[in-house]
Amino acid sequence: MIDLVQRFGLFWLNILASLGRASMFLAQMVTALPSLLKRPSLTVRELYSTGVKTLSIILVSGLFVGMVLALQGYNILIDFGQENRTGTLVALTLVRELGPVVAGLLFAGRAGSAMTAEIGLMKATEQLSGLEMMAVDPFKRVYAPRFLAGCLSLPMLAAMFSAIGAFGGYLLSVEVLGVDASAYWSLMQSSVSFTSDVGNGLVKGAVFGFVVTWIAIFQGAECIPTSEGVSSATTRTVVYSSLAILALDFLLTAIMF
Amino acid sequence: MSDEQKALVQIRDLHFSRGSKNIFRGLTVDIPRGKVTTILGPSGTGKTTLLKMIGGQLPASKGTIHVDGLEVGKLKRRELYELRKRLGMLFQSGALLTDLSVFENIAFPLREHTRLPESLISHLVLMRLHAVGLRGARDLSPSELSGGMARRAALARALVFDPMMIMYDEPFTGQDPISMGILLELIKTVNGALGLTSLMVSHDLNEALSISDYAVIISEGVVVEAGSPEQLRTSDSEWVQQFLQGKPDGPVPFQAAAPDYETELLGGVRS
Repeated sequence: MIDLVQRFGLFWLNILASLGRASMFLAQMVTALPSLLKRPSLTVRELYSTGVKTLSIILVSGLFVGMVLALQGYNILIDFGQENRTGTLVALTLVRELGPVVAGLLFAGRAGSAMTAEIGLMKATEQLSGLEMMAVDPFKRVYAPRFLAGCLSLPMLAAMFSAIGAFGGYLLSVEVLGVDASAYWSLMQSSVSFTSDVGNGLVKGAVFGFVVTWIAIFQGAECIPTSEGVSSATTRTVVYSSLAILALDFLLTAIMF
Repeated sequence: MSDEQKALVQIRDLHFSRGSKNIFRGLTVDIPRGKVTTILGPSGTGKTTLLKMIGGQLPASKGTIHVDGLEVGKLKRRELYELRKRLGMLFQSGALLTDLSVFENIAFPLREHTRLPESLISHLVLMRLHAVGLRGARDLSPSELSGGMARRAALARALVFDPMMIMYDEPFTGQDPISMGILLELIKTVNGALGLTSLMVSHDLNEALSISDYAVIISEGVVVEAGSPEQLRTSDSEWVQQFLQGKPDGPVPFQAAAPDYETELLGGVRS
């Protein structure tokens, strides 16, 4: 019984210790952010590898999610004679929920895991130690540019996911199912508020970007520098990020809508 | 010149432990200025850890390390980084940045810490690359280099900032005889020509001792023997002789600590 209590205590202590380390890590990363102003090229490069390289998967997924939403929405709405409102349903679902959430999950799988693996391998091959010994701070040179790039790219990716999703919905409902095009767009425009829907969706994207990138970089920097260590850190990044996105989405929805 | 002035690195009563394992238990050693010093010792004695502690990457739990008169443990972050600019370190793997070409790797410290014009950076880098024989490999990526070439490129990078000391972590491990010969020659020449201090940790006894002016053997967290390679070879210590001659059994037992063999075999039950 005492053993069980001990193990239970140790489990929570470990979680608390790791949260503490992650918070210290975040503080150091945020403190290093101003140094990026002197060298914007570092952030631009990371924006390319985290944002631009994730774009194709986001656009393809967004298109299909939009089409599926339109199909499902149309089939339900037609029973009430409201199929013209398909656009509204597609757009609101996308900008409020699916855009940020699915883009966040895809971002965690594509860019977050890549970030963890890259930093983990830099650690395993002593590149991070090498930087420190060359008097180059990894927080300024490696972590901060990736962190900023992640925080900036996910809201943009989420917005693009929603936009292409709305277009996918249009393709299916208007071009295939015969919904009136002007009704699709005008009802969407009148029912989607820029500030409370699109704006809040962007806030969600920014929060998810912050959390996913934080988790990904921290897991990379903390991993055991072996091939097994890097692989389990990459898995942890995807699992923790996905859970964090889903939990935070509930919280943010409860607060914002 | 007093001992204090002669020694570039002074380590006094150094203690360090990792988990429950005590790596250093009162290590005291001086690394003389302008010489090639080798630190020898069995695997797991903390030789690489010692280099990391000298570079301020790991903090000591007790004791002090002075590098050129500065106490490493008490330096602020900025001061530590200033000190590191004067130290070069050659990692076992080379630690070249894999997303940059060889040329860009060597230019990296210059680009990070200076605002030199591109033409000057190019000259400095090419001079260092020529010195290690890799001018022709400047456009290759680190993954295209052999192990020996990667270490030479890393040496060029460590030299590009004209450091006062270079630390070599197992520079000869896994090298073919030609690469080994090149590295030995380079380490010796570079130390003499540039007036550096070289500190090397190595398992390759004969090679390391052949270019060393001074050698220190550490084991169980303390210095077992220190002196010139000649002094070590003629040492009375059985331990030193076992280590230098590579005898499998001696003061360092072949068997890991275990209960009595007979009792364990006949006793039948394993506790």
